[in-house]
Amino acid sequence: MNTGPAEDPAAAPGMAASPTGGSTPAWDSWHRLHPLSPVVQAGRRILPLVVVLAVPFLSQGSSTKSQSLVDAGLVGLAVVAGAAEWLVTRWRIEAGVLRIDTGLVRRRTTKLPLSRVQSIDLVRPGTARLLGLAEVRVRSGGSREGDVRLAYLAAERAEHLRDGLLALVRGSHTSSPMSENPIARASTSRLLISTPLRGAILWPILAAAALLVFGRHLTHGGGAVAMATLVLLAVGTGAARILSSQYGFEVARTQDGLLIRGGAVGTFTETLALHRIQALRVVEPLLWRPFGWAKLVADMAGGQRRRDEDRSASGRIRTLVPVATRTEVLRVAESIVGPAAREAGTAPPTRARLKAPLSYPLLRAGLADGYAVSVVGRVRRLTTIIPLAKVQSVRWVQGPVQRRLGLATVHLDAAGGRSTGAALRDRSSEEARELLGRLPSLCATARRSTPAGPAPLP
Amino acid sequence: MENPAPADQANSWSRPNPRLLTLRRGEVGAGAGALLLIGVGLSFTNMVVGACLAVAALLVAGVGLTYVGRRFRSWGYLERVEDLLVHRGVMFERLSVVPYGRMQTVEVTAGPLERSLGLATVQLHTASAASDARIPGLDRATAADLRDRLVGRGEATAEGL
Repeated sequence: MNTGPAEDPAAAPGMAASPTGGSTPAWDSWHRLHPLSPVVQAGRRILPLVVVLAVPFLSQGSSTKSQSLVDAGLVGLAVVAGAAEWLVTRWRIEAGVLRIDTGLVRRRTTKLPLSRVQSIDLVRPGTARLLGLAEVRVRSGGSREGDVRLAYLAAERAEHLRDGLLALVRGSHTSSPMSENPIARASTSRLLISTPLRGAILWPILAAAALLVFGRHLTHGGGAVAMATLVLLAVGTGAARILSSQYGFEVARTQDGLLIRGGAVGTFTETLALHRIQALRVVEPLLWRPFGWAKLVADMAGGQRRRDEDRSASGRIRTLVPVATRTEVLRVAESIVGPAAREAGTAPPTRARLKAPLSYPLLRAGLADGYAVSVVGRVRRLTTIIPLAKVQSVRWVQGPVQRRLGLATVHLDAAGGRSTGAALRDRSSEEARELLGRLPSLCATARRSTPAGPAPLP
Repeated sequence: MENPAPADQANSWSRPNPRLLTLRRGEVGAGAGALLLIGVGLSFTNMVVGACLAVAALLVAGVGLTYVGRRFRSWGYLERVEDLLVHRGVMFERLSVVPYGRMQTVEVTAGPLERSLGLATVQLHTASAASDARIPGLDRATAADLRDRLVGRGEATAEGL
């Protein structure tokens, strides 16, 4: 399954050697998606349809002739719709803007200025991999409507395009080979053990087990068994999804930021722009803590998450390391935010135990060179590392209990929702006041010394 | 009230217009008055409930007026060279520091009651939903001035994400 490092050495000479002129200038004429892409798209669209249609067919044994005609018509319609969509979709790069035109009845044009690119992903679902296809997904900051998906291109072409886009984002017109510097790799055995220990997987399993054990004593035991089976099925698919998406996960530094790869059946390759990372979070669920495991996620600048997507798919929150030891995770964080992102935090004064008895043992906070670190949590330990250059605003809050105890909390807000950003919780009043006095100017200095946007175009 | 703000640049905190206090007192008064009216109405059928409601109305008025007064006095904002400080809160005391460069939009709103008193609320938005910089009860001219000043400073120091 390793499509890994082998692809990149091939990509670089490919630029020069490509007979059709796969180099960057060629992208400014109109292109179509790969002719096989309707097949992949249709496969995803038709499969549910077939399942729905097959249920009455199987239950009745055989269906009438007219019924099967209608069924065939529906499937045919889906195929034709896919082909039509392929026919009317075209894309090009015009003067630093990726443009895609689509839609049969309602034409829709999406334009994505490359200067706002946040990540460029290569996504290959299982069916696409079978046919040698890949989807290029370009995400920008801002709303989700600004995202562009080219599904599908031939895998090699998709890689060319990715490299070309990255070069354009950098501001050069020649794409240079990606120099990769691996920083982390997920171990499969650890992944296998850690996945069932996630709360979202473990608790439903325990509930189902309880149902099975106690349900037998009920008069309508059959219902309990059926329900437990359903729960287990749902949890099983969820766990399988996590496992297959995090299998073979690896992170590397490149000149464009971070390169993330992984996937068992479907694979993905993501390129994240480092300056788009607003904050890093190290999450340690309760059941991972005995093993000393943690996962690292990045909060990216960008639009709000849509309801129907899971968090990682929306691009707002990206997993950088699915599971590793805390030290390894901190080392990765260090390679991203700067040198020595060790836990710079100190514990709050002992009297904070009265205000936060459960979380006191975990609370830490502190400032280091160019970033702030905070640790919060009662059962799940959450470490937030926020570069001072990304702080949007600073808030000082003191509740009634804190006032009595001479404590205060200082929040560093990062772009995004309310939960992004770091909370330096329950510091002594003096320390909080000192932080409040220093932080605004520290943040201002950090903002000025790090370029806020992408590297300026030369 | 202790003020955690760093004492620099000849602190002169600006405060909302006292008409905001009038507005808030009016709201408390209206609430207590309604309670009292219901109490009086009920006292014709049930004396005990009516009396209880009347006492409750007095309590609401007393506690509410004290709280509203303290809350009003807690509001304050200070325009510094690079950022805006906003202070508020009685029970939970909060002080926000929002750099002008981080401002994405400045919003001026005025509800019907605020409008009738010639007041408006200025709110700053950054890319973070947690940023909390709202200044209510400004004279409408003051609000417009503040908005223009903030926008000007934001443009001068815009830093984006």
